[in-house]
Amino acid sequence: MAVTATREEIESRVFSALEEFGAEPDQINPDATFESLDIDSLDLVELAQIVEDEYGVQLKGEDMEDVKTVRQAVDLVMSKLG
Amino acid sequence: MTRSVVITGVGAVTPLGVGARTLHERWTAGVSGIEDGFGRASEFEPKEHLSTKEVRRSDRFTQLALAAAREALEDAGWDDGPPCEHERAASVIGTGIGGIGTLEAQHIVLREEGAERISPLSIPLLMANAASGVIAMKHDLRGQSFGTVSACAAGAHAIGTAERLIRYGDADAVVTGGSEAAITPLATAAFGRMDALSESGISRPFDRRRDGFVMGEGAGILVLEEEEAARERGARILGYVRGYASTSDAHHLTAPEPSGRGAARAMELALKDAGIAADDVLYVNAHGTSTPLNDRSETNAIKTALGEELAATIPVSSTKSAIGHLLGAAGAVEAIATLLALRDRIAPPTLNYGEPDEGLDLDYVPNEARPLQNGDVRAIGLSNAFGFGGHNAVLCLEAS
Repeated sequence: MAVTATREEIESRVFSALEEFGAEPDQINPDATFESLDIDSLDLVELAQIVEDEYGVQLKGEDMEDVKTVRQAVDLVMSKLG
Repeated sequence: MTRSVVITGVGAVTPLGVGARTLHERWTAGVSGIEDGFGRASEFEPKEHLSTKEVRRSDRFTQLALAAAREALEDAGWDDGPPCEHERAASVIGTGIGGIGTLEAQHIVLREEGAERISPLSIPLLMANAASGVIAMKHDLRGQSFGTVSACAAGAHAIGTAERLIRYGDADAVVTGGSEAAITPLATAAFGRMDALSESGISRPFDRRRDGFVMGEGAGILVLEEEEAARERGARILGYVRGYASTSDAHHLTAPEPSGRGAARAMELALKDAGIAADDVLYVNAHGTSTPLNDRSETNAIKTALGEELAATIPVSSTKSAIGHLLGAAGAVEAIATLLALRDRIAPPTLNYGEPDEGLDLDYVPNEARPLQNGDVRAIGLSNAFGFGGHNAVLCLEAS
């Protein structure tokens, strides 16, 4: 069941997750690539779990394949929320 | 020409604190790291030693190993990876059970929340080779990397295997040791159901009142290097792994063979491997678990291996009296304790020793440390490690 959330809320949740995963806080911004933040595929599976918990949307492996930046991840969640 | 193997660095995280020297100094002073029947590494705060990412990406047993490895590498003077070709540097780390804390936690998730909620990090955290892989990755060790699995002998098997890698020319440097973090609900209950754990919560090896082992946790890591290369780079040499041997009781799943013949053979073969006579042994660091069976069969083994008369004159003590049983880390932590004791020419004490048991009549160094033989004799000792499954691994160490 999808819930409503603003872009700012989602972005803020993604930022805090990345920080939790060990990314340097001052490096985290919408244009940062996951590679530059040292966030790998295992982290992204966890990110997908968090997003599902919080917003009720499922991010599948194939959805995440082209996601390279923080902004793209937030866009993906927004589009799933419709 | 035979390649000999030197120890250039040591690191440990144990119930006596963080640091190999801390372990040695506190044990020698008679301090116990056991509280409420457990030997927890309570002074270890992962975030003080590891990055946020490292903490998230590792089970506690790997965290303990990473912290001990960092200390050992600094101690060895490795500033930026190994001092040899990285392809000739190895990582061999033993564990009894591996990431059982992760396994138990994720099993609760599975039961309560379902398969979809399982962490994708579960397997890489719980696998028993995680410590070896993570240490190799962190320090760019590109030679052989694997874990040894032999219950409570795993740490000693790792060091022995590492020694062989160097001696046989497969590696020039090895980061080796053991790690364990199994003070978890399942492991504690399971050891308890075997009647292996002390009901009194007191670790008193060789004492008549001993009633089982006390669970401990921690890690011990050593840096081994080929002697000539180590000398060439001006490394400080702490000592040598002179000999190693490993045997099997082939007797029972958990109980040691009562006469101790398998353990005795491992001690004899380790001395033979080292080319050292029994009467050159100054100190024996016993496996000494505080279980009724081990301490009796090990006493028999020591007598068989060294000869009754000689065995009566050699100090024998158990590190487990101060920190409990670190399972797969025990053999490594105790090898470090042995080395540092030999360097200081001191026999650390068997704590909580009060009542002799019939037939257990060696010099167990009761309750107070004692100086070893002085003079110019070589400081040589044996470190015993035995495991469920009938595994016996013995290291012959010499301090420089």
